[in-house]
Amino acid sequence: MSHHIVQTRDLYFTYPDGTAGLAGVSFLITHGESVALVGANGAGKSTLLMHLNGCLLPTQGSVQVGDLPVTKKTTAAIRRSVGMVFQDSDDQLFMPTVFEDVAFGPMNLGLSDQEVEPVVTGALQRVDALHLKDRPPYKLSVGEKRRVAIAAVLAMSPDILVMDEPSSSLDPKTRRELIALLRTFEHTKIIATHDLDLAIQLCPRTIVLSEGKVLADGPTADIFADDNLLAQSRLEKPLSMQNCPRCSPNSSPN
Amino acid sequence: MTNLGCLDTLARQDSPIHRLDPRTKLLTTLVFIVMIVSFDKYQISAMLPFAVFPVVLIVLGNLPAGYLMKRVLWVAPFAMLVGIFNPLLDRQALLHIGTLEISGGWVSFASILIRFFLTVLAAFVLVATTGFNTICLSLEKIGVPNVFVMQLLFLYRYAFVLAEESSRMLRAWQLRAPLRKAMSMKTFSTVLGSLFLRTTGRAQRIYQAMCCRGFEGQLHPARRFHWRMADTVFLFGFCLLFAVFRFANPAVLLGKFVMGIFS
Repeated sequence: MSHHIVQTRDLYFTYPDGTAGLAGVSFLITHGESVALVGANGAGKSTLLMHLNGCLLPTQGSVQVGDLPVTKKTTAAIRRSVGMVFQDSDDQLFMPTVFEDVAFGPMNLGLSDQEVEPVVTGALQRVDALHLKDRPPYKLSVGEKRRVAIAAVLAMSPDILVMDEPSSSLDPKTRRELIALLRTFEHTKIIATHDLDLAIQLCPRTIVLSEGKVLADGPTADIFADDNLLAQSRLEKPLSMQNCPRCSPNSSPN
Repeated sequence: MTNLGCLDTLARQDSPIHRLDPRTKLLTTLVFIVMIVSFDKYQISAMLPFAVFPVVLIVLGNLPAGYLMKRVLWVAPFAMLVGIFNPLLDRQALLHIGTLEISGGWVSFASILIRFFLTVLAAFVLVATTGFNTICLSLEKIGVPNVFVMQLLFLYRYAFVLAEESSRMLRAWQLRAPLRKAMSMKTFSTVLGSLFLRTTGRAQRIYQAMCCRGFEGQLHPARRFHWRMADTVFLFGFCLLFAVFRFANPAVLLGKFVMGIFS
């Protein structure tokens, strides 16, 4: 199944105010891969994600999803296969109830009432949030909102899941549950995150962005072992790869 | 402003009124408003019987009357502003109560307030029994062009964004200016400017999120509308009642009747 590839070729993007967002990004992500996108604040992670489903169109270069290049004409088709989970769930949830919100996508795909019901129930069950279905989204906790936002995207049965900071502002337990949940998904996953431990657990491959360029692209374990690279891209070794200063007295605190 | 959402929460109840087809309630409310607005400017007594409509809906729809009244009072300053100059401009005596003379201006002012109260209350009751999104969908069903319906929907959605964003900024300002009671003009203008930019940014993200989920300018109802016998009865019953109230002033008739008994 080669048609779920995501490929960018020499991608440039400049914001209308002149800020450079991306400055030549090229990579190829194949079907079923889980890729972490890491980098400092302002490195271009979110800008890049916005290109993957046509929310932003490149100033130069191209993005290809499956067989289609991302252009104004193809965005409708692209958005069917690329599901995007936003960083701030409040931006994503806008209908009066959770059920209606999750149904919003499938309804837009033209499903009938009878068809939508099981799809929504299934998606909510998948993220363990079926009990929330009649609640208004703005009254949920951050963790619940995140689950519902993911369900809303799953309900459209995308082939590729794109997530912007899925673990941000979650409590440790909720974060762990989210990681466990994401691990059960078989979609192609592209996850922009500062949570390098999450990256280790979910993504065998990591792309490091810095100032709008790809600084490194390779196996996650190798990249996180490279101290120079991490320092250069304003990152730190994930906690799980650091020697614990409390448990191992031999390690010298730096 | 977030209390506005409470109206929508009320709409999720189950009652005979909530079960009616949204179009029924919409049309009846529209007829109600047109009737009220069509009264001449010194009319007061003929409008009072119309209060029956919101009252019936509040009772049958299991709505909190006190809460709705408070909401209406919130918007009352606008009506005040509209009518406040009437007593000054129109000083001709119109009513005599004992030795007290009441000018036409005061009568028309009172008339404006009653009009405002009844129509706004009816509109709030409509939202609280139907839900804003459903109202918009039924507007589309009865032939209002999609463009207008979408404008209305987005207006409503973004009103919340604007309110949230401004309350957050206000809190941030309060925390850093604990000794000040009001914002200086200069701060206010900067805050207003950045509020605009922030809400635009946020509105854009929401729109993008909608597009990401296949939004193409159409909103689909979560449930289909079913027109039943109860709807026909409700619509025609109330319209008939309104017509009676409008064209035969029951307050005057009642007055004449009572006077007839005593004379």
